[in-house]
Amino acid sequence: MPDSSRRGSWLVALLTVVAIPSVLAQGSTVDEIAKYRAALQDGNPAELWEARGEELWKQKRGARRISLEQCDLGLGAGVVKGAYARLPRYFADADRVMDLETRLVWCMVAQQGYTEADAKKSPFGNGNARKSDIEALVAYITSESRGVPMNVSLAHPKEAAMYRIGEKMFYFRGGPHDFGCVTCHGEDGKRIRLQDLPNLTKVEGAQKAYTTWPAYRVSQGELRTFQWRLYDCFRQQRFPELLYGSDASIALTMFLARNANGAAFDAPAIKR
Amino acid sequence: MKLGRSVSIIGLALVPLGCAIAPSNDQIASQATAMLQASFKATGQAGLDRLNQDETQRVCSELAPGKAPAKEVAEKIEKLNLATIRYPADGKLLGDWKNGEKIAQEGRGKQFSDDVAGPVGANCYACHQLTPQELSFGTIGPSLYQFAKLRGYGADTQRYAYGKIFNADAFAACSTMPRFGHNQILTEQQIKDVTALLMDPQSPVNK
Repeated sequence: MPDSSRRGSWLVALLTVVAIPSVLAQGSTVDEIAKYRAALQDGNPAELWEARGEELWKQKRGARRISLEQCDLGLGAGVVKGAYARLPRYFADADRVMDLETRLVWCMVAQQGYTEADAKKSPFGNGNARKSDIEALVAYITSESRGVPMNVSLAHPKEAAMYRIGEKMFYFRGGPHDFGCVTCHGEDGKRIRLQDLPNLTKVEGAQKAYTTWPAYRVSQGELRTFQWRLYDCFRQQRFPELLYGSDASIALTMFLARNANGAAFDAPAIKR
Repeated sequence: MKLGRSVSIIGLALVPLGCAIAPSNDQIASQATAMLQASFKATGQAGLDRLNQDETQRVCSELAPGKAPAKEVAEKIEKLNLATIRYPADGKLLGDWKNGEKIAQEGRGKQFSDDVAGPVGANCYACHQLTPQELSFGTIGPSLYQFAKLRGYGADTQRYAYGKIFNADAFAACSTMPRFGHNQILTEQQIKDVTALLMDPQSPVNK
């Protein structure tokens, strides 16, 4: 585990780099942020989550005391290598299209004997106060797809339907602010404050964004999954609270993952 | 019965064929609506009623990315939204630009995680450049630096600025900008203050 105070001072030092140029022109600010992002790539604490996730994957856990090596992520029981690059997908045993996180919950319940409530209890960690097992498992499993080209299939009618529903949801504008995913992610070269926004309606944008989640978020000191990404986008869209592993979350993930097909998966990444 | 049998044979033949046909756009749309309703929970101030679209939201959700609606559709949406604008009864459109700057900086408000009694801002800087002092601004909307200096400080421009903040879709159908007055995000006084940030000759926006 990293020393949290050391991580804190490292963070302050980096944030100062961003804060100093407030007297300089806009162009310099953007340059400094680019330098900061480059500096981040030197070391990624996500490796700690990956290591813990691998242990959790192999441990005998749950009421039945069996490991997740019985879990089929789509390429056969216990096969982790390259599995994430093909998700979401239709699973006949559950008769449902699932992303990685819903599949993990399904395996924990159906195979390890957890209750669904227990399996979904802490999907998002809260610093050192509460660590999420699922975030660690996701870090490990996704790291085993690094470099593998995204290859999400729509061959099953339920997969094809999920993609089209996800596409509809991407353009769905609602709530007090009229926001939809497309509001921020529908054009090239846009920013919120100084944060660059990927254009998710284009292949290149979807590829770059989707292949760099999950990510270690420096600002949160946590590894965040794609379920978290959607959850927090909807929060800022002023929507109600997205249910973990809900069909809407899977539909949107299917839309974005499929659009990323062909690009090499490159996560867990590190982001501000 | 000969007829009955032939009907049932046709019926059987249609079942597998029916499965092979992809769902229509309308079917997908209604599945998406039902799925959204089942995929969220009401938390804090954000109820599930937020998933119910009004006509503007419904029409604007049909657009291709970066595309404006067809002329007749745009006119209809703009007319509908123009009718919602309520100008202040006292006729004064400009408040305090300093408060307007605070409102423009404030990103909280209306999220399920926000305190209902806490601040509600317009978060203008998320999408717009305003004062030259603030370098951390977004680019989803146009730069508003020198808004009145470029357009004039007159009554018509004041009315336009107030109305645009109240309901942006009255002037540009399917705008990405929230309808701050119509959807009761900001109070009348807050809209006056933000209008002053754009219109007051003393505001740094116009320096």
